[in-house]
Amino acid sequence: MPQFAIIAVSILFDGLAYAMFLFITSVGLSVTMGLMGFVNLAHGAFAMAGGYIVVSLTRNLGIGFAPSLAIAAVAVGAVSVLFERGLYRRLYKATDLEQVLLTIGLAFMAIATATYLYGPIPKSVPLPTWLQGDISLGFRAFPTYRAFLIVLGIVLISVLWYGFEKTNIGAKIRAAVDNRRMAESVGINVDLLFTLTFALGSGLAALGGGLAIQLFGLSPSFAVLYLVLFLIVVAVGGLGSLKGTLLAALVIGVIDTGGKYLYAEAGGFFIYAITVIVLLIKPAGFYGRE
Amino acid sequence: MKILGWAGVAALAVTLGATAQAENIKIGVVAPFSGANADLGQQIDKAIDLYVKLHAKDIAPHTVQIVKRDEGPPTGANAKTVATELITNDKVQILTGFAFSPSAIALAPVVTQAKIPMVIANAGTAWITNLSPYIARLSFSMWHHGYPMGAYAFDKIGCKSAALAYTDFPPGKDSTEAFKTGFEKAGGKITESIPLGSPVQVPDFTPFFQRIKDSKPDCMYVFIPSGAHATGVTKAYGELGMRKAGIKLIGPMDLIPDNKLQDMGDAAIGTIVMGNYAVDLDNAENKAFNEAWHKEYGKDSYPDFMSAASWDTMHAIFDTIKKVKGDLSDGGKFIDAMKGWTGKGPRGTVSIDADTRDIVQDEHAMEVIRKADGKLGIKVLGTTKAVKDECKVLKIGRCGS
Repeated sequence: MPQFAIIAVSILFDGLAYAMFLFITSVGLSVTMGLMGFVNLAHGAFAMAGGYIVVSLTRNLGIGFAPSLAIAAVAVGAVSVLFERGLYRRLYKATDLEQVLLTIGLAFMAIATATYLYGPIPKSVPLPTWLQGDISLGFRAFPTYRAFLIVLGIVLISVLWYGFEKTNIGAKIRAAVDNRRMAESVGINVDLLFTLTFALGSGLAALGGGLAIQLFGLSPSFAVLYLVLFLIVVAVGGLGSLKGTLLAALVIGVIDTGGKYLYAEAGGFFIYAITVIVLLIKPAGFYGRE
Repeated sequence: MKILGWAGVAALAVTLGATAQAENIKIGVVAPFSGANADLGQQIDKAIDLYVKLHAKDIAPHTVQIVKRDEGPPTGANAKTVATELITNDKVQILTGFAFSPSAIALAPVVTQAKIPMVIANAGTAWITNLSPYIARLSFSMWHHGYPMGAYAFDKIGCKSAALAYTDFPPGKDSTEAFKTGFEKAGGKITESIPLGSPVQVPDFTPFFQRIKDSKPDCMYVFIPSGAHATGVTKAYGELGMRKAGIKLIGPMDLIPDNKLQDMGDAAIGTIVMGNYAVDLDNAENKAFNEAWHKEYGKDSYPDFMSAASWDTMHAIFDTIKKVKGDLSDGGKFIDAMKGWTGKGPRGTVSIDADTRDIVQDEHAMEVIRKADGKLGIKVLGTTKAVKDECKVLKIGRCGS
């Protein structure tokens, strides 16, 4: 295989793995913003909480990495319902500024709590042997963990796609995102629907947080450090659009990786360049409502 | 009775006169206590607290009061605000800490104007000490590790070609420049030099390292601001199978901070760094330091090179307080008194160069190994005694001014 093809495959592979992480972590944020117009800056804190649960389960209780991921996602999803019912609900009709103040405050409280419980030193998790090492495809070896990210991402996307496009509940969510008042007037319980999607989104964020430990390490500041990245994915994809979030994650993941590989000197510039260009052409993102 | 009363007042006055000699010296500590690098602040803070706890009696009758402030992110802006506050509101007489070069650089004009001694416990950009006559540094210059590593990598590790990768802020450029100067002088060839983005967040290192892997240099010299970045580098390096591909990971000791080493796993084994400290360094002071540390902070807490430098920083400050008899009224005199200071600490014997106010210390080439007890540790491959900051010796760039 010629050199440039090998490089292209390699960029696609790494970019795809990165995109899957971006998608899993951001999709909940997109749905929350699209469905309720609620700006949830504490989304990163849910991801961080998921990460720390995975750390505790694997290190202190000796539970495997994969079951820990699942437990973290379910636990955070369940707890997020309390936040949604107890706090967020009160501010649905409030201004963006009030929502931002509440949620960024929650994020800072989460950082302080995590620092208190786990200390500021970054944590890592022991990976099971089946996720270590690399898979050789003859012309090139690929890290197993990243292959796992891609597979997991594809599975989740299929499930979400099926749920959104083919089930009754999915149709209701799409209806509510499109026109909330109309959906309510035909008898859809948008409040309940929203609680469910909020829990799902937070649970996915927690899963993303657990997956991110191996990529970035996990420290309390995770709650806000990567939030910008998630917000970029949401803005580029369009609020509330599953398709949009996926496309944005793919474009950003692959171009960011490719940019860093091919033009390393320009480093982190590409991600912002794409954001600016996309938003200039389509201010509401790929699939957002204008 | 009346006479007795007056005598009592006189006696009291005499006692007061005597105790007025005992000064309470306020020391401001600026270190990152929040954000992605909060653990660096902890490493500095713990060492300072421990030193004060164990050695407060050394400066009797004088006492010190430590006032701590958050250095914030590695941009310098926050550090400048809090340090200015420490000087103007809290009236501190000495400033110390400073994990990040941008903070120290931003503060240099402030301490010059305020005439407050600033004793740096970490920030390693070489030319910082040239920025103000009130700055002394107990940690290192990036050149302490980078420059000797150049020749060592070529002669001893077998690097004929090397790729450079660095976090894009002043010490990153400084460290790679130092290595490049030493490495090219020895005959090595630099294949490329890659900035790894800002120090604020840990990037995905994979695309950068994949690129280096494909260009097949003998070695990869990486500078990152210790902390969370270090773990990220080791993981990406291990995941990509770069050691198997024959590319050795080398760098300054920031790559393998002692408090994160156990977490890095097998990927770290074989990494060779140049540095001034490791928990495993074999000297009496270091053993005592580690024992005191574990006793205070538990067996799973480790000091690292920042802790060792912070310890020596307090040692030098305390010795100088004794030397000037607690008189901090003139910051210039305090710094003058610190020039030429020599002390024994966890890093062995270190001293302050009288001309540059920068540290003179031993440098060790160290390799990460799996020790007999199953833990990761280091093996000292070679030691160079009493290394000065070569950037100022060679007068390179801003070091010459």
